[in-house]
Amino acid sequence: MDSTALLLAATLSAGTVLAIAALGLLINEKSGIVNLGAEGMMLCAALAGFATVVHTGNSWLGFGAGMLAGALLAGLFGVLVIWLNTNQYATGLALSLFGAGFSAFAGTRYVQEKLPEQSHFAIPFLADLPFVGPAFFRQHPMVYLTIALMFGLVWFLYRTRAGLVLRSVGESPESAHALGYPVRRIRLAAVMVGGSLCGLAGAYVSVVYTPLWVEGMIAGKGWIALALTTFATWRPARVLLGAYLFGGVTMLQFHLQGMGVDIPSQFLTMLPYLSTIVVLVLISRNPQWIRLNMPSSIGKPFHPGS
Amino acid sequence: MAEFFKLRLQLEARPYASRTWGYLSPVLALLITVVIGVLLFIALGKNPLQGLQVFFWEPIRSAYALGELLVKATPLLIIALGLAVCFRSNVWNIGAEGQFVIGAVTAGGVAMLADKSTGAWIVPAIVLAGALGGMLWAGITALLRDRFNANEILVSLMLVYVADMVLSYLVYGPWKDPAGYNFPQTKTFDSVTQIPKLIAGSRANIGILLALAGAAALWLYLYRTYAGFAQQVGGLAPAAARYAGFSSRQALWVALLVSGAAAGVAGALEVAGPIGQLSPYVPAGYGFAAIIVAFVGRLHPVGIIFSALLMSMFYIGGELAQSRLGLPKSLTGVFQGLLLFSLLACDTLIAYRIKIILGAR
Repeated sequence: MDSTALLLAATLSAGTVLAIAALGLLINEKSGIVNLGAEGMMLCAALAGFATVVHTGNSWLGFGAGMLAGALLAGLFGVLVIWLNTNQYATGLALSLFGAGFSAFAGTRYVQEKLPEQSHFAIPFLADLPFVGPAFFRQHPMVYLTIALMFGLVWFLYRTRAGLVLRSVGESPESAHALGYPVRRIRLAAVMVGGSLCGLAGAYVSVVYTPLWVEGMIAGKGWIALALTTFATWRPARVLLGAYLFGGVTMLQFHLQGMGVDIPSQFLTMLPYLSTIVVLVLISRNPQWIRLNMPSSIGKPFHPGS
Repeated sequence: MAEFFKLRLQLEARPYASRTWGYLSPVLALLITVVIGVLLFIALGKNPLQGLQVFFWEPIRSAYALGELLVKATPLLIIALGLAVCFRSNVWNIGAEGQFVIGAVTAGGVAMLADKSTGAWIVPAIVLAGALGGMLWAGITALLRDRFNANEILVSLMLVYVADMVLSYLVYGPWKDPAGYNFPQTKTFDSVTQIPKLIAGSRANIGILLALAGAAALWLYLYRTYAGFAQQVGGLAPAAARYAGFSSRQALWVALLVSGAAAGVAGALEVAGPIGQLSPYVPAGYGFAAIIVAFVGRLHPVGIIFSALLMSMFYIGGELAQSRLGLPKSLTGVFQGLLLFSLLACDTLIAYRIKIILGAR
């Protein structure tokens, strides 16, 4: 098989992980809440998903378990941040640290486990096309669902009343409150939906992308997803493109190694992290650009006056 | 849901922050963590008393155990002191782990130069190299934040992964000990590089004295110098700081360079102390645990001393829980996370009081 086609296929798969998580984080950031706990939620969800598939053999149940784990942890974060007005950065950080510790603790017995053989996916006819078949049409269904999710999110945010309410809560919680919208419940819902999508991304990592469980296996993907929402200036389509771009960077290291490029593997492993920094610098250089697009109330607590 | 029982809990803002709860909140948070810990032990079918003993009694029961407690408290204390400066100036450096690793690398590089004929001057040189390494690494974050407005949370964290790879490259590549049976580690540093021990028979070294001196220096800086005051105003009230003419850029650079230097020194003391060589096992999560230490210690030098000792107990307790109770060592991480969660929740009581409303709305 053509190695370029393989690289493209792997890029889509790697990008999907980042895209699902970043689209989830986009939803909760649109409501004005930053959840730095993405990494921790993804780790716990990766374990929950993996363990579920080990016991049931059904990868869709695994995705469900991952979403549930993500939503529950996000709910805990949400209650602390939204009702107890704790600092969003510190609480998210606590979630990341807790998630890393808890998943390592609870996951020890799954370290050596293997998943049952999974069926391969292929779209009839299209998968048999030369080059584009192996590159684009033999992916896990989640890859296509993620693209659908992006379109669904665009429609939701910019074409529905509920999306408008969500955005107004993020732009000006005071106004939304004055209009009678339950700001805190809407924010909790957004945070939990965001958490469940981070969970789905985590489960996708441990069930499909690298089907195994090891401590810390998310390896910063949660943090890169957080950076992606900023890169994309909170636009779903740009999130998806950015995710594929970063998926490509992640995969490039394996591709270069396969081509026998004589660079120590550690420098190639650094690439996604270094590119995150570089892109962050390029995007943030113009503060106006960020400020115009950022939900105005992001990071700020809201306490409805009694 | 609470309305269903005709009982509502409502948060009411206090007219001013409660000093009492400022002190009580970490204690209450620890109690909550212990209660959850006891429940966890019961759920896992372990004797909770044995669990508590492993975490809170074993680490202090003998002189040797106390020495071990200090060994682990030293890096936590030093890093957390630096982070206190950062968090007080509202600079979110969460990459202390990376600064620790690079400090260990630069210190290790100097330590590898030593041989039998080297004088005792090598020890201060190692510590200095560690400080410079940590400053360099934190300086990248400061530069990108200052010049390009790049978010310091994400940059400092990404640099943790990069630092781990730098260490990994060196110990698998150019710095690998040729006589080390191909293990990814440097040669064992010459004994002259060893940080002097505090007392014979214990692994605790004079690093803890350095850490305590650092705590005293931080106290003086924060509460007795004008520069320390100016540094913190930007964090508390950015508008007031601008009005007073305090430079937020300077505050950013000071915060990151101080915390980077602190983390780097901690890394140097680790590799030239208990570890004695560079290997992929140098990163032990101290940089992340120190964030919790700083918050639990109320970003106050005295508080941080206590919380560093507490967190060190968590580390030792986790190791003992592995050997004695057959539980994974990562139990430490679970308790660390729980402690920070509980602390943040309890801190609500500083600014708010809980009002219980009975009856229908």
